[in-house]
Amino acid sequence: MKSKSLLFIATCAMALNLNATTDITWWHAMGGRLGEVVNEMATKFNNSQNEYKVTPIYKGGYEDTMTAGIAAYRAHQAPDIIQIFDAGSATIIGAKGVVYPVADLFDKYGVKFNAQDYISGVRNFYANSKGRMIGSPFNSSTPVMYYNKDAFKKAGIKNPPATWEEFEKDAVLLKKVGYIGLSQSLSPWTAGENFMSRHNLQMANKNNGFDGFATKLYYENPAMDYHWDKLRDWTTKGYFKYYGRGWADNQQAFYDQKVAMWLGSSGSFGGLRKGAKFNFGTTYLPYWKKFINPGAQTFIGGAALFVFSGKSDKKYKGIAKFLQYLTTPKMQYFWHKSTGYVPITKAAYALAKKDGYYKTTPDAEIGIKQLSLPTQKWTKGYRLGNYVQIREIMTIEFENILNGKKTAKQALSDVDRKADKLLAKFARTYR
Amino acid sequence: MKKVQFNNKFIPYLFVSPQIIIILVFFIWPSVMAIYYSFVMQDAFGVSTQFVWFQNYKDALLNSDYYASFGFTLIFSSLVTLFSLSMGLFLAHKTNNMIKSRGIYRTLLMWPYALAPAVVGLMASFFFNQSHGDIYRFLNQLGWKFDPTSDPFSAQAMLVFIASWKQISVNFIFFLSGLQGIPKSVLEASLIDCKSNSKRFWTIIFPLLAPTTFFLFITNITYSFFDTFGIIDTTTRGTPMGQTKTLAYKIYQDGFLGADIGGSSAQSVILMLFVLVITIFQFKYLEKKVHY
Repeated sequence: MKSKSLLFIATCAMALNLNATTDITWWHAMGGRLGEVVNEMATKFNNSQNEYKVTPIYKGGYEDTMTAGIAAYRAHQAPDIIQIFDAGSATIIGAKGVVYPVADLFDKYGVKFNAQDYISGVRNFYANSKGRMIGSPFNSSTPVMYYNKDAFKKAGIKNPPATWEEFEKDAVLLKKVGYIGLSQSLSPWTAGENFMSRHNLQMANKNNGFDGFATKLYYENPAMDYHWDKLRDWTTKGYFKYYGRGWADNQQAFYDQKVAMWLGSSGSFGGLRKGAKFNFGTTYLPYWKKFINPGAQTFIGGAALFVFSGKSDKKYKGIAKFLQYLTTPKMQYFWHKSTGYVPITKAAYALAKKDGYYKTTPDAEIGIKQLSLPTQKWTKGYRLGNYVQIREIMTIEFENILNGKKTAKQALSDVDRKADKLLAKFARTYR
Repeated sequence: MKKVQFNNKFIPYLFVSPQIIIILVFFIWPSVMAIYYSFVMQDAFGVSTQFVWFQNYKDALLNSDYYASFGFTLIFSSLVTLFSLSMGLFLAHKTNNMIKSRGIYRTLLMWPYALAPAVVGLMASFFFNQSHGDIYRFLNQLGWKFDPTSDPFSAQAMLVFIASWKQISVNFIFFLSGLQGIPKSVLEASLIDCKSNSKRFWTIIFPLLAPTTFFLFITNITYSFFDTFGIIDTTTRGTPMGQTKTLAYKIYQDGFLGADIGGSSAQSVILMLFVLVITIFQFKYLEKKVHY
């Protein structure tokens, strides 16, 4: 009897020892098809070695994932890696000691890493003022315009519009054949931040927040006023329609062929390929010739991977290995092909070109090309605190413009006024 | 019946301790923490904390969005209370007068009570959806430019409708049992004295329902202030233009999505004081008029 129980205990002990891989938890916000690709990448990493096991866990959208991360950190139950989006970057980077900067992590655990390997539009957003990367860019995208090729054929338009002036002319023709010209998702991103970047306009003081805590937002300016008054005008004329603030609702209008053009993310590519029942094409974000010619670079949206502090040495070794794995040209190309997010390193972009990917799918290159345009003074992005709330204010005021309740100038001035208060509050909190 | 008596002094305390612990952990402790947080400014991750006296209260009360939310909450709760109480009373009175199918009506009208607010909101969002919703299409056919994603009035009306609908069954069941508690002799006497149905209802039956009405009045207001969170979160989420946020929903948005612990705690304390004042007012002045 005694020997039986001893044997049982010994077997259990052996089993526990055999399963001594280090677990690495990864909280992410990639749903649907994107989540499947995330799981595939983690599985590939796990199968390539047996010291570490990465477990990706879907936590909801970007905001939900960040909220979950904040709550977990406060309860001392933070995951190892978390995906934080652009609007949340100032909050997590500003909180001293919460994250382990990836530049330091790579240095300590012998991962060869050079910031110059990254495409210019990607490099700066998640780095500190000295150029040291704090978060590791993961899914980077930029706003692009998708257009319904069949609708354009019907309306007799040869090429998609490169400028908003051309768009106005195309919308008239499209209306004749029963299409509303345009819908757009996430207006603060597609028709706010990147509008400013495309026209090389300053977003906030303190060098858009990179040089210190910004206190003034500059959303109200002649170009923005003009564009948003136009959007209101186009709404009344039937050239533009706002389907609510949900990303999917505005994309759905494009799927349902109610609108002929849609401002979405270069990362929407993968889903569109599967779901659209018509021929579609991708083109650059339009710009106003009267304010800039040609249009300037846009910057990345999407998210980066941040590593929480306070974990064991063993875990950090594994995390460093995993992050390095994710940035290899092979994995970047795989991610790019499966999702439409841009390859973030020059090497990965070169691999895709060599593989002839862009010959078969030229639409997939638009986003990278737009990001690779020459960098100008105000095309580097932003780092602004309380930005989730500021985006909420922007969305509300945009809705006021589109409903005809306020002129663009009034609404955008209100955005600046309210945002300045939030920015000041943020600066005070981190004193 | 034999009365049970405990000789041990401590056993009664033992019996109430589970409830007291729950109240302490889930009500007292969070309230104290909210008061504490309302006086500090803390970053989302809790790394830097600063004591700022009444700054958070000032920021909350000087913000025009707060008053928009406050106004909406008051109008919303008044309308929801009015509609759901009156519909509940009407249905209860009619059902009470039935003899044969009373049981069936009672069961069917009770079912919405079992639904969670989030479920109700989700179901309703299908009916009111701009691409596929039946009610959306119906209202637009009637000529109303109903559009909850861009027109605040449509969204507010939709919320009032959904929230009232959910609450009708609660009021119905309490009113029904209140009506059945009225002594038969009183009803028979009133039948002889008064020919008019409505006069009988308003002068005899309704005053006798006063305890039930008072109780339901308070629970309806609490419901529309707080329990409608699930409905708002699954339908409008405060859009469009931030005009469909109740105070409770605004606290959630500022605290959890905006990661503003200090500001949202200050708003919570203000709301707590407001509800306290309303409750005191209700018990002091309204209860006097209730005849038990």
